[in-house]
Amino acid sequence: MEQEIYEKSFDLATQTMLQKAREEGIETAWDRYEKQLPQCSFGQLGVCCRNCNMGPCRIDPFGEGADRGICGATADIIVARNLLRTIAAGAAAHSDHARDAVLTFKKMSEGEAGSYSIKDEAKLLSLASEYGISSEGKSLEEIAVKLADTLLLEFGKQDGHLLCTKRAPESRLKLWVELGIEPRGIDREIVECMHRTHMGVDNDAVHILLQGLRTGLSDGWGGSMIATDIQDILFGTPQPRRSTVNLGVLSRDKVNIIVHGHEPILSEMIVEAAEDPELLKLAKEMGATGINVAGICCTGNEALMRHGTPIAGTFLQQELAVITGAVEAIVVDVQCVMPSLGDLTGCYHTKFISTSPKADFPNTVRIEFHEDRAYETAKEIVKAAVENFPNRVLEKVTIPEEKQECMVGFSAEAILGALGGSPDPLIDAIKSGAIRGIGAVVGCNNVKVTHNYGHVNLVKELIKNNVLVVTTGCNAIACAEAGLLLPEASELAGEGLKAVCKALGIPPVLHMGSCVDISRILVLSSVLANRLGVDISDLPAAGAAPEWMSEKAVSIGAYVVSSGVFTVLGTIPAVLGSQAVTSLLTEGLNGVVGASFAVEPDPFRAADLMLEHIDGKRKALGLTLES
Amino acid sequence: MKDLIIRPERCLGCRSCEVACAVAHSESKNLFSAIGELPVPKKRIFLKYIPGLGFSQPITCRHCEDAPCASVCPTKALHLDENESIVIYNPDHCVDCWTCSTVCPRFVSLYHLILFMGCWTSSMTQNRGVISRQAQAGIKCDLCEGKILPACVEACPTHALTFSEVEELK
Repeated sequence: MEQEIYEKSFDLATQTMLQKAREEGIETAWDRYEKQLPQCSFGQLGVCCRNCNMGPCRIDPFGEGADRGICGATADIIVARNLLRTIAAGAAAHSDHARDAVLTFKKMSEGEAGSYSIKDEAKLLSLASEYGISSEGKSLEEIAVKLADTLLLEFGKQDGHLLCTKRAPESRLKLWVELGIEPRGIDREIVECMHRTHMGVDNDAVHILLQGLRTGLSDGWGGSMIATDIQDILFGTPQPRRSTVNLGVLSRDKVNIIVHGHEPILSEMIVEAAEDPELLKLAKEMGATGINVAGICCTGNEALMRHGTPIAGTFLQQELAVITGAVEAIVVDVQCVMPSLGDLTGCYHTKFISTSPKADFPNTVRIEFHEDRAYETAKEIVKAAVENFPNRVLEKVTIPEEKQECMVGFSAEAILGALGGSPDPLIDAIKSGAIRGIGAVVGCNNVKVTHNYGHVNLVKELIKNNVLVVTTGCNAIACAEAGLLLPEASELAGEGLKAVCKALGIPPVLHMGSCVDISRILVLSSVLANRLGVDISDLPAAGAAPEWMSEKAVSIGAYVVSSGVFTVLGTIPAVLGSQAVTSLLTEGLNGVVGASFAVEPDPFRAADLMLEHIDGKRKALGLTLES
Repeated sequence: MKDLIIRPERCLGCRSCEVACAVAHSESKNLFSAIGELPVPKKRIFLKYIPGLGFSQPITCRHCEDAPCASVCPTKALHLDENESIVIYNPDHCVDCWTCSTVCPRFVSLYHLILFMGCWTSSMTQNRGVISRQAQAGIKCDLCEGKILPACVEACPTHALTFSEVEELK
């Protein structure tokens, strides 16, 4: 039974494009989802194991059939092992992205990547000193090479533990040490996950899950944090700025180039190349009035945060951008890029350009990207898009009206800057009750949830109840599309939060960046906890991922909860086949790391859970509930 | 009359039908809640591996009122219980003649497949398992009354289970 368009998405631009797709007979992720229904019960419960070739094995959830796999693994073991592999994949994605950023940074410092330069000297110097690198008598480049080498060691480290975790409150780090989950080398944790889940290695659910927490921490306080830091040095630490979002940012008269994926290394160059006079001249010759770069997913967020480059949409809008018929090229790097784009772009004039040496797709134009000739490659890509402009079929073009202004660029540094250099004004507002607490809302889109419905409603509920929201990833884009990233959105906030926003001129929902930038939220929460002299788990704060779908989100969940933040998931993770694992994640972890997960698909009830948690923490800190 | 028809050549043995059946006959009708229910929801369809054929297929009995299998069974190994509501199977009387399979609308295609594949002899000894499994279930397949499609048919990813007019397939 086909869903109605309004059931598929909460966003008007998306609905318009879904209608166009239907009229043109074009298939989207929602259609493919319907063909997958009903989805496999064993998979949904996490009780299917394919880790050895005696299997596949699965456990009968109703207890009539097999209650263990061929090796003897119970549902608890199978579910825990599967979860650990998911965390490993997510941590790998973030951390491998970080590795590439550091390698680019190193090449730049050694003069082998001339297209790049150091954009944030202050951050370079502060990071160098944090890592114990003396800057005396050294040039910036020399310091950068030292820093790059030190950071690269974090990936391959064989002895000792990660250095970034020192940013966490002392009590938190001590807890990790006591639990034996202080992360070691980033690559090592991921490799160990794969080893432990091999047939006949780690077969105790709790023991397996502790490695999951440690691997998550190696992502949040390792890979992701390194990615954020290095990208800030290379491309600039984001500062508040304005931009526009949603499919309406695509231009009728200009060449439209979509940058999609997760890394800023190429998109930074594309944004630059799109202003190259030579290419602008070519665009004019082709009949266009200019070149318009717009982002999707976190590549989009990176460019939005640093340059105000508009964003065309969230994860589930990637196909719809092509369906507008107005996109000359969709340029992708890694992660969350649907392989369906290959066939889809074949129905329009759009060129599907894949660039990462790691990621190829069906029916792409392959223009592989390497740092040593970054700008040249970016120019080549932009040129291919510009030359494609005359092929645009006007009868096939429909660009939705909807575009929304937004205010973005709230790095931890920018937030502290807006507060006058100290977290005290924010802490005072929390203490007085003007701000009830902090909500970190992040994550993907998922066809199982009406697109953006979970994101927007949860965030609206939170700000209405005076919870200041920090956001990244597709939640940030969804909030931007709904107009929540504007200072004017404070009208939707409760009285206390509204007054704080007005005084500071900030939106009630602060866009902190891409999904690796959740590390910014960790840093900010450490600053607040340290200033209050408490642990992160004592803060009146809660997290949520209302529409999560990717393995990265599972790794994020693992490190956010291990860092002490209660987290509500909007879609059900594949763990319910094991009662032991489910109760550990939803209750048991409280006694271990001082936080746990909850699952609540309804965004209004999810907000209630977060508020209840925040109020409990306020009470424990001796703060009043009423302002 | 529409009935559940098994197309054994399409079955991949994933057991999705079994789980969907149990969920459909649970209190909550929801997978994630059903797994915790007491009494444990019971399925009415069983995946059976048939060694002679080298593959699995779902077995399910509707316990037909007129039970053609019982009426053709030469040894009364299959018979209706005293209330005439459930098909009973007595393995001691079964002589593996497979006559029942030729008249059961749900099994006739399996019977044809066995003939087609020429593995009659090796399959002969498997009759016992097949028939006993469907009859021993003792709980009636109700074709998920009230639903447009039975849950098992809906759940089958390869359309090995279909819901169609019995006449159409003959």
